[in-house]
Amino acid sequence: MQKMISVALTGSGGSGVITAGNMILQAAARAGFFGQFGRSSGPQIRGGEAAAMLHLSNHPVDAPGDVFKILVALDWHNTDRFAVELPLSNDSLIIADPDQGDIPDVLLESGAKVVEIPLKKLSKQVAKGRPNMVAVGLISGILGLGEDVVDQAMVKALSKRGEDALTSSRGAAALGRDAANEIEFQASLGDAPQQTNARWLLNGNEATGFGALLGGIRFVAAYPITPATEVLEWMSPNLKKLGGALVQAEDELASINMIIGASYGGTPSLTATSGPGLALMLESLGLAIASEIPVVIVDVMRGGPSTGIPTKSEQSDLNIALFGPHGDAPHLVLAPSGIQDCVKTTAWAVQLAEATQTPTVVLSDQLLGQTRAVVERPDTLPAGSMRKTSAASDEGYQRYLVDNSGISAMAVPGTAGCQYTADGLEHDPVGVPSSQVADHRAQLDKRAGKIENYDFGDDWADIEGDGDLAVIAWGSTAGVVREAIRRLDKGGLNLRLIVPRLLAPAQPSRMAEALKGCDRALSIELSHGAQFYHYLKGYYDIACPLTQYHRPGPLPFRPGELVQEIENWSRS
Amino acid sequence: MNNIPATDQAYGPRDYKSSVKPVWCPGCGDYTVLSSITKALAALALDPENVAVISGIGCSSRIPAYLNTYGFHGVHGRALALATGLKLSRPDLNVLVTGGDGDGFSIGGNHFLHACRRNVDLTYIVMDNRVYGMTKGQPSPTTEPDWDSALAPGGTGLRPFNPLVIALASGANFIARGFSGDPNGTAKLIVDAIRSPGFSFVEVLSPCVTFRGDQRGWKQMVRPAPVDPTEDIGRAARRLMTDDGMNLGVLYQGHREPYVLENNPVYIDAAQLEDQFKL
Repeated sequence: MQKMISVALTGSGGSGVITAGNMILQAAARAGFFGQFGRSSGPQIRGGEAAAMLHLSNHPVDAPGDVFKILVALDWHNTDRFAVELPLSNDSLIIADPDQGDIPDVLLESGAKVVEIPLKKLSKQVAKGRPNMVAVGLISGILGLGEDVVDQAMVKALSKRGEDALTSSRGAAALGRDAANEIEFQASLGDAPQQTNARWLLNGNEATGFGALLGGIRFVAAYPITPATEVLEWMSPNLKKLGGALVQAEDELASINMIIGASYGGTPSLTATSGPGLALMLESLGLAIASEIPVVIVDVMRGGPSTGIPTKSEQSDLNIALFGPHGDAPHLVLAPSGIQDCVKTTAWAVQLAEATQTPTVVLSDQLLGQTRAVVERPDTLPAGSMRKTSAASDEGYQRYLVDNSGISAMAVPGTAGCQYTADGLEHDPVGVPSSQVADHRAQLDKRAGKIENYDFGDDWADIEGDGDLAVIAWGSTAGVVREAIRRLDKGGLNLRLIVPRLLAPAQPSRMAEALKGCDRALSIELSHGAQFYHYLKGYYDIACPLTQYHRPGPLPFRPGELVQEIENWSRS
Repeated sequence: MNNIPATDQAYGPRDYKSSVKPVWCPGCGDYTVLSSITKALAALALDPENVAVISGIGCSSRIPAYLNTYGFHGVHGRALALATGLKLSRPDLNVLVTGGDGDGFSIGGNHFLHACRRNVDLTYIVMDNRVYGMTKGQPSPTTEPDWDSALAPGGTGLRPFNPLVIALASGANFIARGFSGDPNGTAKLIVDAIRSPGFSFVEVLSPCVTFRGDQRGWKQMVRPAPVDPTEDIGRAARRLMTDDGMNLGVLYQGHREPYVLENNPVYIDAAQLEDQFKL
């Protein structure tokens, strides 16, 4: 029996709700449960609002729950700003500290049961005790998580903070656990499932960094930006273990040029950014396309345009990733379909970039990047990458030689006799600048052809089910659609799910194959402009009627919402 | 400069020249700067395949194609960033950056500051002609305030940028000024710049005969700096702030350690990083 319990913990920024959420997820993972832990926060670093949102289950979690079973509030500062992100029902429980003021009406309207516990006063009973640690004990008590796993999670989280911090946290958590015993409310996770495969606990940004290193990335240059910074902060120390390095650039214009320089020198290279940074990089993305330098650019998307909503997710950078560079500029765009898939897709991005000498954009997003999850380990880890290089030569080396594959040997500087100038100017096969008709045509054909003719294999998309109604979704939306389809399947609606991992170059014939036998198709995306839908309409030859459901972020999709949309569409 | 053991083979300047014919106007100062670069490379007997010359956009940024070394002709203003990535990841290569005043000090100004600050072992040769030549005669950051042009009739009215002072303030470890009319002297400065560890900045006054005919007069105005190079940053600052921009030679030699990436030994396989995620 599949069971999921969603728990939200809110408080002012700096009150420690994120730390507490991490501990509960860690404890649940150690007890054998699956889970997701997302966060919602404002732009403030301290003193803003923050919510830790946990979705714990005895099955792998593809999507958040529809309503929160439990909401624990350390305080009510600014809760109205994200109340809409914390749906409750009359089946929910609100645990509030009576000393922190009244519960906002917007939450009470749900009809949820209310229990008052003086979290702050309780925490003061312990030297240096903090309310968030009382909440850890309280929540884990209600969920029925054992004291042993909670203690292990605390030791792991606080090991660097010293014995005092651990002692006070243990004391505070014990008081929370005692308080939980007084509450009459059923929300136990029950028994943990039998663990068969190995599991990972990681977020999408770490998974992206790990995939990049498995693919062979050894040089990173980047500029800090929310919500991509954790990719960099994870990679920096881990690159060092592999003999690589990360450089903090002065801006995104420098980041992409630094990685182009490093890749020209023979080192697989990557940068990670978000929408505003990608916008700054576009001119040099074109340079990498024209000069055929493999680089990987990870865009962890957030709400746009402009500064937009830096801390919250959206799928609205699709257009810029696909069509950003000026001129006819073929390049690759990939999108991971889930947190665990960030490993596979980013490694694949490195492999494809290196193999085709083509810059590759990976479109992750804030939901994937900053959601921490317990996932099943894949059976195999991705392999590294290969680049076609040139041996020393006496004469006649042509960097941009035109042949059927379009993939010409890329000499590594230091290789005698193969000196060439990489150029953003149009060039002849040797690399000499040329504005001649025939050279421009030949090099455009070469750069387009090498990725059009490349065999991307079955990884271009994940295709599940064989229904004659198909749902097409990408990125972080895919998991929520998968959960919605699972529920609809129980109701007897047989659906097909298509999740493209390779977004560019477009794969119209593969898509046609995937849609074979379908009567209708529905695309779903988190973008105000329905960018994905328009891309499907414009670049794919979809024989059956295609309709769409889309809306902007920052509110993530929930399965219940998509169940309703898909059901309505299936009946229309 | 690196300790690349140059081969016993002796090179002449011609060995560093490619067969591509420059796009420059007859009489352009950049011709002789190109020959100063090849003379310097020959004097150092560097193997052409171990040299990379990186540039942005503009007349002088065309240089990589005219050389028989590795090269990269990138986008406008970003040559220093590209060269930084190359040099940091390939410390065995000798990396030179060439460009003009618009490329380096206007669109690329931020990278100039940070390249000086970072002090990576690069040699940056700026052919300063105080005009955008490739776009046919617009004022650059080093143009005199009253220089008349179609884009800024009567002049910009703006004080020119002093790149040498900015280089010094930002941390460049070697600062020199050359003149294209003195190719041997400039070649010697480039040799010294390549030999000097860290970020070396060489401004070469290189007249634009097409749009700045007045710069033909530079020949009469330049002079060897009347003083020896200084290692004293305060003295260098005073000299650079007060000279008329026509003193040639090495004007500052610092002793900052160049920025290099830690030479990290490879001590695990990437797959072992999985351990930190395992439950």
